[in-house]
Amino acid sequence: MPPLNDINSETLGTVEALTQSGYKYGFTTDIEMDLAPLGLNEDIVRLISARKNEPQWMLDWRLKAFALWQTMTEPNWAQIGYPPIDYQGIHYYAAPVKKAGPKSLDEVDPELLRTYEKLGIPLRERAILAGVEGADQPSQIAVDAVFDSVSVATTFRETLSKSGVIFCPISEAVRDHPDLVKQYLGSVVPQGDNYFAALNCAVFTDGSFVYIPKGVRCPMELSTYFRINARNTGQFERTLIIAEAGAYVSYLEGCTAPQRDENQLHAAVVELVVMDDAQIKYSTVQNWYPGDADGKGGIYNFVTKRGACRGARSKISWTQVETGSAITWKYPSCVLEGDDSVGEFYSVAVTNNRQQADTGTKMIHVGRNTKSTIVSKGISAGYSNNTYRGLVRITQRAKGARNHTQCDSLLIGEHCGAHTVPYIESRNPTAKVEHEATTSKIAEDQLFYCRQRGLSQEDAVGLIVNGFCKDVLKELPMEFAVEAQKLLAVSLEGSVG
Amino acid sequence: MSVLTYSGIEGFFARFAALRPHLPGDVAARDRAAAILRVQGLPSIRDEAWKYTNLRPVAQASFQSAATADPSALLARLPQLNAPRLVMVDGHYLATLSTLPPQVKCLPFAAAPKFGTLANPACEPMVALNTMLAEDGFSLTIPANIDAGLIVIAHLTTAARSTHPRHAITLEEGARASLLEIYLGEGAYLHNPVTEIHIGEGANLTHARLQDEAEEGFHLGTIYARIAAHSIYDSFSLNIGARLSRTELHASLAGAHATAHLNAAQILTGVQHADFTTIVSHDAPHGASRQTVKNALAGRSRGVFQGKIHVARGAQKTDGYQMNQALLLSPDAEIDSKPQLEIYADDVKCSHGATIGELDADQLFYLRSRGVPESQARGMLVRAFLSDAIDMVANGASRAVLETAVELWWQRHPA
Amino acid sequence: MLHIENLAAEIDGKLILNGISLTVPRGEVHAIMGPNGSGKSTLAYVLSGRDGYTVTGGTATFNGQDLLAMEPEARAAAGLFLAFQYPVELPGVGNANFLRTARNAQHRLRGEPELDAVQFLKLARAELKKLSMSDDMLRRNVNVGFSGGEKKRNEVLQMAILRPEFALLDETDSGLDIDALKIVAEGVNALRGPNFSALVITHYQRLLDYIAPDCVHVLAGGRIIRSGGPELALELEANGYVGMVADAA
Repeated sequence: MPPLNDINSETLGTVEALTQSGYKYGFTTDIEMDLAPLGLNEDIVRLISARKNEPQWMLDWRLKAFALWQTMTEPNWAQIGYPPIDYQGIHYYAAPVKKAGPKSLDEVDPELLRTYEKLGIPLRERAILAGVEGADQPSQIAVDAVFDSVSVATTFRETLSKSGVIFCPISEAVRDHPDLVKQYLGSVVPQGDNYFAALNCAVFTDGSFVYIPKGVRCPMELSTYFRINARNTGQFERTLIIAEAGAYVSYLEGCTAPQRDENQLHAAVVELVVMDDAQIKYSTVQNWYPGDADGKGGIYNFVTKRGACRGARSKISWTQVETGSAITWKYPSCVLEGDDSVGEFYSVAVTNNRQQADTGTKMIHVGRNTKSTIVSKGISAGYSNNTYRGLVRITQRAKGARNHTQCDSLLIGEHCGAHTVPYIESRNPTAKVEHEATTSKIAEDQLFYCRQRGLSQEDAVGLIVNGFCKDVLKELPMEFAVEAQKLLAVSLEGSVG
Repeated sequence: MSVLTYSGIEGFFARFAALRPHLPGDVAARDRAAAILRVQGLPSIRDEAWKYTNLRPVAQASFQSAATADPSALLARLPQLNAPRLVMVDGHYLATLSTLPPQVKCLPFAAAPKFGTLANPACEPMVALNTMLAEDGFSLTIPANIDAGLIVIAHLTTAARSTHPRHAITLEEGARASLLEIYLGEGAYLHNPVTEIHIGEGANLTHARLQDEAEEGFHLGTIYARIAAHSIYDSFSLNIGARLSRTELHASLAGAHATAHLNAAQILTGVQHADFTTIVSHDAPHGASRQTVKNALAGRSRGVFQGKIHVARGAQKTDGYQMNQALLLSPDAEIDSKPQLEIYADDVKCSHGATIGELDADQLFYLRSRGVPESQARGMLVRAFLSDAIDMVANGASRAVLETAVELWWQRHPA
Repeated sequence: MLHIENLAAEIDGKLILNGISLTVPRGEVHAIMGPNGSGKSTLAYVLSGRDGYTVTGGTATFNGQDLLAMEPEARAAAGLFLAFQYPVELPGVGNANFLRTARNAQHRLRGEPELDAVQFLKLARAELKKLSMSDDMLRRNVNVGFSGGEKKRNEVLQMAILRPEFALLDETDSGLDIDALKIVAEGVNALRGPNFSALVITHYQRLLDYIAPDCVHVLAGGRIIRSGGPELALELEANGYVGMVADAA
């Protein structure tokens, strides 16, 4: 076995070569855009609302959020550093020029169709998720494709509506299902929740709306694919999913962006509402452009995701694989209000080069016998910093609540950082909370063992990292799991230490 | 001199203005600390480091510039140990009550005022307050290769004052000592000591602390320990007193192969609030740190543990471990725990664990089925829970004092 | 001595004991046998006062006292001893301290003088010697790191030191090898006499080879379906529970 130093210098060379080419979604789409003027003020909020043909109540709601946002300051508690964001240097609305709402896929700009083809996203119904190897019998997936500020296509809507499932762009839901939107929008993440959520409330442009009626098991996986394309834009998507009593839905989310030298802001809000015995499984593979090897460019990903388990025995399961973005600031959370409700959070976060991730969850136990499970795997390589930040709060009412948290960090190379910041608060003696965290590196004997059996250094690392993440990856739907595994390998290529 | 009453941060500034001409040592350092405090104010729960400890009761309390009262009742409460002792009364070193071994040097801060190099007023508002108002303290030195044995350090507060003593403990190369610090008092006072500890190469300090301040008292102690190569800092804090307390311990493993043990137990009841905060910095390779922290909380009490393990770049082969456990003995008690790892080196082994729960029902039933009455059974299980941590106190005499303190606590407050 | 009448109990709303009647006179040893899930352990726990069981009907008296109204420690003080199927580990609690505290708690409740550490140690050592156990047992934490056999021996040691009038053995034989089984049996047999009774709960006849019962009861579906002499255990051993349960149904 060569001394480790040699491996380092040998493989660090490969890192450089690979990181330049590692991100394969970095192309841009050349298409005519309708852009709002740069900057943010009340007029921009009105313009967005007008472009979306929104009713007055929606505009009022946005303006209230905008007023709140102006009184707030950016949070600074996360372990991330970045130059000040110029909120006046962003286009808050960017949409491909089109006729008023394409009626069928044939009316969608062919350039856009080609983009999604390149990304491997099926916009033609009955098409299968392209580019996925290993999935023998790919199941059907309904897709909502959001391009910059608008949804360009939502598939399988007819099929879904037969079982009463509503799956449409949220801008459409505001017009077509105002009662549902009014009832639930902001009911989990209120307008003043935090700085980035308030900003989103004021300027959100599109995103998905899902409603699963009582007792319905959604017949297929639903997914939204987010793409940032235009220069100097931000994406502010908004997703709202409601599962009525006894309903079930599995929802997947993916995202990519072009390779650009500037940083682009993505500030999304996702709200989930789950009633008695209902369940939402929400999976994310986040692969925004991470910036180059020197930390130039990349998406600033400031996201508020929260679900309310309103009903008894309801369940929310968050699974995320975070490999992209220059900065990730994201804490998918569960408010466990219903008795016997369950919250789960499974996360893999990989940072390489100059990436910074501060991600985790909040589990708020309110109801009796509520249970939560947190499994977080952080992998840091290059010069990156990766932080798990999580809150477990047991309120005085939450008799018999249980939480188990497992946080593991893996460091690859001596220039990165791995951090764990749990907050554990308990006010009920009958609750049991357990938290474990470890930090380690890939053991030399593990690597040697693999290589002795004939694996390359790269493959050995891939194998070990995938093993390290197994508890999380197994929670993903199969098509996503395959993609996620490949993504992990790409994100870490050459970073062996 | 007439007795003045002062309150809140403005009260502290007024106190500073009155004392300033008479304070020993570097006035410029005190002015800088005052300027920092002007900007930062007392910590608030909006400060991440003070998220779980609200100092409002301290800010609202009134303190007096009263003269020292007779400490004999407090002296009588000290354990009868056949060991040298150092006595501080209201923050002043009293040589007449102290008996120190001949090899050990001790100077009052008032006579040799040095603020030290570890404490940083800019980062810690309570240290800034101490720097501004420190009148006295002790500076203890154990010369190289001397084993000083056990020394008891008593901190007695006799009146509703705010005292801000400044202490230094230095172990020169190869020195050994076992300190037992005991905090006792009467009245609604604020005790805000800052202690700097320097442990030279190959030295070994065992540091046991019994914080049994008055029921109405406030204790906000900050300790800095710098641990040189191949040396050991072994500390244990038992916090059972004070209405509100915070023990903030910064340990820097500055030399290779240094070892730090920062163990603690807090037993609280009524409306007590106790915060045990540690910041362990592994600044050199091959360091080992171990922490076992236990909270047993009855009544409406609130226990806080914040523990950060920081591993600097280059501090390879660090081995850091931390365990914190809490027992909630009443439906109104609360525990807030924030264990934290901040790691910048890859070849390290760091982990932490935390558990929160109540007494085990099976264990309780087992004891009761053998005829042990419920309250006694609970007492046995709570002491067993704490024993993991207290058993680690290496000095037998110190350990016995702490065990007795727990025993007496349980007799006073069966929970 | 122990008199149970029409006892019914449930856990989480599920009826487990469904009208048990049983009398164990002073000086006798009775055995309760039954298939898994018949309510054997529940009976032991209800009699010793464990939380989580709701008595929905019937009575249980011990020397004329209403057992069900007493706290667990009061039942122990009255002379009732439960040998656990799974003895609980008490980390941080020394065996000697535990046993002395338990013994003195009973002394206190009975108005007898308490034993000091020296007196207790003398007594404990004598009992250890009788049971051919090492003094080491006293220094260890209660059941922590004990093998299955050691835990059961510790139960027997406790029984010897606490001198109960009535022992409830809850499947004490489960998971024991033959040597350990003999020790448990000897522990019980050593206490046998006109003022000692026991209720031996077991799934297998095996233990009854060593502790000869005066009377055997068969428990199924939360009630006693048959009672008889020692020959009943042999009948069960030969034919199994299935037939007997079917006959009773």
